[in-house]
Amino acid sequence: MSENKRISWIDDEISAKSRSWEEFYRNRWQHDKVVRSTHGVNCTGSCTWMIHVKDGIVTWEMQGLDYPSLEHGLPPYEPRGCQRGISFSWYLYSPLRVKYPYIRGALLDLWKKARLEYDDPVDAWKSLVTNPESRTRWQRARGKGGFRRATWDEVLEIMAAANIHTIKSHGPDRIAGFSPIPAMSMVSYASGARLMQLMGGISLSFYDWYCDLPSASPETWGEQTDVQESADWYNAKLLAVTGSNLNMTRTPDCHFAAEARHNGTKMYVFSPDFNQVAKYADHWVSINAGQDGAWWMAVNHLLLREFHHEKQVPYFLDYTKKYTDAPYLVELHEEGKTYEAGQLLRANRLQGYADVEHGDWKFLMWDAESKKPKMPMGSSGFRWGTEKGKWNLELKDGKDGSAIDPILTFLNNSDAAVSVRFDDFGAGSSCFRSVPVKNVTTVDGRSVVVATVYDLLMAQYGVPRGLEGSYPASYDDAHAPYTPAWAEKYTGIGREDVIRFAREWGTTAELTKGKCTIIIGAGINHWYHANLMYRAGIHALMFCGCIGVNGGGLAHYVGQEKLAPGEPWGAIAFAKDWYGATRHQNAPSWHYVHTDQWRYEKEFTDYHTVPAKQQNGSLASGHAMDVQVKAVRNGWLPFYPQFSKNSLDLAREAVAGGATSNEEIVAYTVDQLKSRKMKFSVEDPDAPENWPRVWYIWRGNALMSSSKGHEYFLRHYLGTHDNAVAEDMAKDSVREVVWHEIAPHGKMDLVVDLNFRMDTSALYSDIVLPAATWYEKADLNSTDMHSFIHPLSAAVPPCWESKSDWDIFKAIAKKFSELVPPHFPEPVRDVVVTPLAHDSAAEIAQPSIKDWTKGETDAIPGKTMPSIAVMNRDYRNLYNQFISFGPLVRANGIGAHGTKYSITDFYDEMAQNGNSVTFDGNRYPSLKEGHDVCDAILRLATVTNGELSYRSYKNMEEKVGLPLAQLVEADRGVRMTYKELQSKPARLLNSPMWSGLIANGRAYSPFTYNVEALVPWRTLTGRQHFYLDHPGYLQFGEHLPTYKPKPLPTMYADLRFTNGNGNVKMLNYLTPHGKWHIHSTYGDNQRMTTLSRGIEPFWINDKDAADIGVNDNDWVEVFNDHGVVVTRAAVSARIPRGICIIYHSPERTYSVPKSPLRNNRRAGGHNSLTRTRLKPNLMIGGYGQFTYHFNYWGPIGCNRDTHILVRKLPELIW
Amino acid sequence: MVFHLDKCIGCHTCSIACKNVWTDRRGTEYMWWNNVETKPGTGYPTKWEDQEKYRGGWEKQDDRLRLKSTTKFRTVTDIFHNPSGASMDDYYEPWTYKYADLFNAPEGSDQPTAMPISMVTGEYINVEAGPNWDDDLGGSPVYAANDPNLEGLTEVQRQQLFAIERLVFFYFPRICNHCLNPGCVAACPSGALYKRGEDGIVLIDQKRCRGWRACVAACPYKKTFYNWSTGKSEKCILCFPRVETGQAPACFHSCVGRIRYLGVLLYDADRIEDVARSEDAGLIDAHRSMILNPHDPAVVEAARQNGIHDAVIQSAQQSPVYKFVKEWKIALPPHIEFRTLPMLFYVPPMSPVMASSEEGMVKSVSDDFFHDIEQARVPLQFLGNLFGAGHQAKVVYALKKQKAIRTYRRALTVGDISMDVARRMLTEADCSPEEAEAIYNLTSLCTFDDRFVIPPAHREEAIEMMLDPHEHRASTGFGFVDAPKRGL
Repeated sequence: MSENKRISWIDDEISAKSRSWEEFYRNRWQHDKVVRSTHGVNCTGSCTWMIHVKDGIVTWEMQGLDYPSLEHGLPPYEPRGCQRGISFSWYLYSPLRVKYPYIRGALLDLWKKARLEYDDPVDAWKSLVTNPESRTRWQRARGKGGFRRATWDEVLEIMAAANIHTIKSHGPDRIAGFSPIPAMSMVSYASGARLMQLMGGISLSFYDWYCDLPSASPETWGEQTDVQESADWYNAKLLAVTGSNLNMTRTPDCHFAAEARHNGTKMYVFSPDFNQVAKYADHWVSINAGQDGAWWMAVNHLLLREFHHEKQVPYFLDYTKKYTDAPYLVELHEEGKTYEAGQLLRANRLQGYADVEHGDWKFLMWDAESKKPKMPMGSSGFRWGTEKGKWNLELKDGKDGSAIDPILTFLNNSDAAVSVRFDDFGAGSSCFRSVPVKNVTTVDGRSVVVATVYDLLMAQYGVPRGLEGSYPASYDDAHAPYTPAWAEKYTGIGREDVIRFAREWGTTAELTKGKCTIIIGAGINHWYHANLMYRAGIHALMFCGCIGVNGGGLAHYVGQEKLAPGEPWGAIAFAKDWYGATRHQNAPSWHYVHTDQWRYEKEFTDYHTVPAKQQNGSLASGHAMDVQVKAVRNGWLPFYPQFSKNSLDLAREAVAGGATSNEEIVAYTVDQLKSRKMKFSVEDPDAPENWPRVWYIWRGNALMSSSKGHEYFLRHYLGTHDNAVAEDMAKDSVREVVWHEIAPHGKMDLVVDLNFRMDTSALYSDIVLPAATWYEKADLNSTDMHSFIHPLSAAVPPCWESKSDWDIFKAIAKKFSELVPPHFPEPVRDVVVTPLAHDSAAEIAQPSIKDWTKGETDAIPGKTMPSIAVMNRDYRNLYNQFISFGPLVRANGIGAHGTKYSITDFYDEMAQNGNSVTFDGNRYPSLKEGHDVCDAILRLATVTNGELSYRSYKNMEEKVGLPLAQLVEADRGVRMTYKELQSKPARLLNSPMWSGLIANGRAYSPFTYNVEALVPWRTLTGRQHFYLDHPGYLQFGEHLPTYKPKPLPTMYADLRFTNGNGNVKMLNYLTPHGKWHIHSTYGDNQRMTTLSRGIEPFWINDKDAADIGVNDNDWVEVFNDHGVVVTRAAVSARIPRGICIIYHSPERTYSVPKSPLRNNRRAGGHNSLTRTRLKPNLMIGGYGQFTYHFNYWGPIGCNRDTHILVRKLPELIW
Repeated sequence: MVFHLDKCIGCHTCSIACKNVWTDRRGTEYMWWNNVETKPGTGYPTKWEDQEKYRGGWEKQDDRLRLKSTTKFRTVTDIFHNPSGASMDDYYEPWTYKYADLFNAPEGSDQPTAMPISMVTGEYINVEAGPNWDDDLGGSPVYAANDPNLEGLTEVQRQQLFAIERLVFFYFPRICNHCLNPGCVAACPSGALYKRGEDGIVLIDQKRCRGWRACVAACPYKKTFYNWSTGKSEKCILCFPRVETGQAPACFHSCVGRIRYLGVLLYDADRIEDVARSEDAGLIDAHRSMILNPHDPAVVEAARQNGIHDAVIQSAQQSPVYKFVKEWKIALPPHIEFRTLPMLFYVPPMSPVMASSEEGMVKSVSDDFFHDIEQARVPLQFLGNLFGAGHQAKVVYALKKQKAIRTYRRALTVGDISMDVARRMLTEADCSPEEAEAIYNLTSLCTFDDRFVIPPAHREEAIEMMLDPHEHRASTGFGFVDAPKRGL
């Protein structure tokens, strides 16, 4: 802005009158109303937006600026909101908006006919789905046009009838619901999930399926994900950004990184392409794609050598002793003349501790003072023991309370040094390195050889300490893993750069006590061996004391879902207020099995390198599907449908057979399984009785943006056309699963999509329901990018005939209850199977792998096999239950992440003084309206109700035995409400549900609670784990951090059936998050298509493009066994040779031509080129942190190892 | 106005904030009053910086300034067609999709798709250009390689820019510069353009505009646009209805990179013509010298004499723009050689260290903790062409200072660089520790109120010239909107 004194050369004075035209623009700016809301799905930005309404129409949105400020010295959060968010208002009145209910015409015609024949809609539905001809009729029409506008009454009746019929004939666990990450509109997520769980249906996970779950987080910390809020980047003095494109995916937070640099922070960016965040870097490390693991292994080699062994930085060593498993003793097993690392030495193996409770789950450190092993408190054995108050990180013996001064290494006081085998997976060989050990006499009088985890790490990383064996002589030894010279051949980066980086890292951490941060994301986490790459990076943080301090840590940002007020939300979303057991399904396994993608591959060892020598029955051999089956039978992973039999019929049968109690029904069930009269569905997924039947999709794009192996979804779920050319291969590789010569096409009877826009999932669904947008409903939104909580609000009512998700599922529930009486006049019993659960005593269920189906152990529910419970479902009252907050939470209290607290007083007050619902003579707090749900959540969560946080800390104090409640004492009086949040965002309170401490404007950094208050991590030992001693991990050779090579394209089976002749090029196919969409949302709006290229292009290196005669903006055909994409090329030097990018995630719905290679059929989307592979060691369970929880554990839907062929499109056909 | 390019994340939120409010109407679809470009790249409209093509801005002739685009004689002959004016091809043809087909397509043998259609003709369009076509080096062999700012780089240097060891880009957001010597104002045959006295905003009077498009041709930044529906030209209005009410313009408000600053500059308007006539090498210093010290009692007194409100003077004294431009000298005008004297200044960006590539192994060329600016990937000559009228000195000064401040803050907060070294670097960069702290604060810790220091507008005085504000208070909003009409 400038202040003009006099304009020298413009003669004409501007008179006041002549400026009256300025009203033209002033009038445009004037508006009628401003309402606070935000954007409700998948984006973790959680930005507060002011929605401007003019003449009753939402015209634009501007960012809110009124965030509470943080402590002095941190930049503020304002403004937050990106190019995508600010384009949202385009959707409301656009031609892409779903304004009315739609139904596939083929289905509607059949339905109308059937309804003339049958009075009862359930009978009408039955007549359609049991007639193969009619069922196939609408399945084949899926995705091919022919939508008709329908009335709400019509579609509600069809959905309710389908639900009832499915429950009756197949069982409730054939009805699935999918909706992504709830945190961004948690009430909307809860709506469908609540209906599923009240019916007994399935809730499908998302975080692991999206491949966003960093498996290394549960492996190391027993935590799904816990990360710093973005403001804490500013506290870091060294930022290593890897696989995360802050500009793209953390757009409103990116400034903290930029601003930190001006405060002297050094920034490294690792990326194969010159990506957007690389512009901020001091060093752009142009690392080869997917080879970051090699880099970090070399970094750790140097850190251990220079900072741990040579310099012995006191802060690093103290931290490692106190907060990690490094001092624990590991048993070494003799194998010929050498040794192999085994499991942690159990406390009950030694005389002094032989009789301690849960002695298999308590572990030993070598005490420097007494020169013998001692048993520190804090392990899982203490957590789940009868004696409370010893689950903490104080270095004291759990038996006699004496102090422990753990030693990390036996280097100078060993009994011997033995040669131990280490695997070099990169070279496909083993090496032998000497490790200092002690001999310990066990209770049975045997002598066992033990080493510390620390000494094993030193040996694994190859730190030369004067010991025998193949240790490298120097950093320049390129043959010894994991030297800087060794890393070069994988990373493509000179050794000097690794050395400089590692020294800067160590020095920065030493001087600042841990202020080094890794910002990491999908660019790493979407690879098959993501867990190993993450672990290597995490180790660099742990070795230098960077975890649990402000400015330090692993900032994993991919689809992370911090639903801050988790305790009451979980109760509402999964109907825990009415039923005790929940059918949570890990989606990667579900889709892998049900879309039959397992049929298109052979043994996983074709592409997954494991130690050469494997014992019989090892998990590290065979087909991934077989491990999946074992995982379900052992209770490691869930799987639905549970059984080849309807779970309601099963209970009925048990009762008919004489069972009188739930216990006896469970016993009957176990007996049926043991005798193999009844099988798990996963053992024969292609049999019609085991198919999923009805699928509800809301808030997400399950058929496109997240559907790895999209074309197999079309083929096996939908039964419509597809473009895959892959053929079955698994027949001779699988043993545990029934093989059908022909895989079924079209398993789903009905697919329903709730949407505000016609996306790919909507286009392929049978029924499309008009959903309210995020500017048209009440909801709540939180994130881990910051520590505020936001409302969504209705700036205008739901437009046209749309309704909020809450109201839609409520309406389905209502219709369901109306139609149900003839079919379920009385409550029915439902046998519910659930896996061994994290944060429960099942964490100490299985010290070794034993298979009850082979008689190796008894079949004991909750111990050697899944847990089994019986629910009494009251379908007549399903609607009443939906709209009332049920009695179980009042009686049992609520909690999450292992916390628990009573809410009885608040519950009664809500029922008494707030909105309430009465039925069957009982009064409950109301959940009828969206804002009721918002208020119930805010009222009962620890982060928004100070008294309940205090109560939850008090509960933790009993377990931990240390003072904690002081952490929220000052905020005990805080009570947040929905109305208040609409006027101003609020900052959350300290809560034991979360591991960061944030009082007084302190930036959230995870695990500061653990480090400062000495509350254990929820792991096997209670410490952060370097070492993963589960027998399965030992078999896979992943007990120690390691490097495994990327699957070879030849063995990964992407190009086995594809004709690669002609002028084509093979490239590694990457799908990072893009600039013009949040997943698939926004990408199809006119703002984003205009600012990009009107299409999601195929990014290719200029020389690679020239090789196949492709110029910028030429049409290209991209294909492999799984399908085809036709799009235009973006030719750019910033993409390295050998890789290509299609940013995640385009829609098939706009600007997609047909593919000459696939019979001129419409080409697909980015997931047309992917297929799911599951990494089997991520399937284990019942063991410490390796115990199932929804979105916490299980294999992840990796996709980045995919290869494609590309050619210039010969002919453009629309 | 200052844009801190080192912080720009290239997100384009600014562009959409503007588009939502101002240019979403018929006739304005293709207009991006605010756009963001990738550099190197050819921008929007394509190669706008190439004045051999567009003939925008001023040129010196016999020590006099004349518009490159026109003379009195040519104004008349070019009235219906300006040969150097931008055409649709230089911008892009706006398009959308036939979304309705997704709902309405009858059942067929294959999946329907929404085809791209022109927003001008409604017919199928083969999309080949857009307002951000070369974003993030898309089509780098075609676009980035033809960036006019590559002038002066050797062929080898140019090629290296697109090899892994030198590869780089940064973002360049652009709005109307609200110049002191605006070509658009001077070129308008109808006198429809004016620079507002009270806040310096350059506007096109939508009643007086006759759509000659001389402003489009004369603006070297191509920031005036012809509305093909109303037949009038339009341009960035710096959101004057917001600024007048103390709010930052929409694009400033929505900048999540927090790169934008807005504040008052007092300047000596008598010197505009002289300054604009300076030699290229002296243009930046001359421009800076026009900007007056708002703390100087003589300046304050002169401003008061000119009827400037005390509140405005106070704002000028707190102006973040004054600090960046005049006190710290790290914000530079874009292409000042166009001689329109832009009032938008850019802090030039730092960039990663260069690397070498030998036998497929990539290595950084520097082991320094923070590398020398000569070792940065963006060539200094490139930045000099963009922000230094072809000269590097001013850019080097700004970058050296930024680096010295980072080093100083590192020494303070970590200590792996000694304070002696840091202080020496500050001295060499013409920066005191106090100035370093001030720059660091306004760069990193700045709040909304630090970035936008907007004086209250005395609308009552402006309104009073036409109508009693008391009456206006009671009657405003009741009138009919007097929309501009097409043609004469």
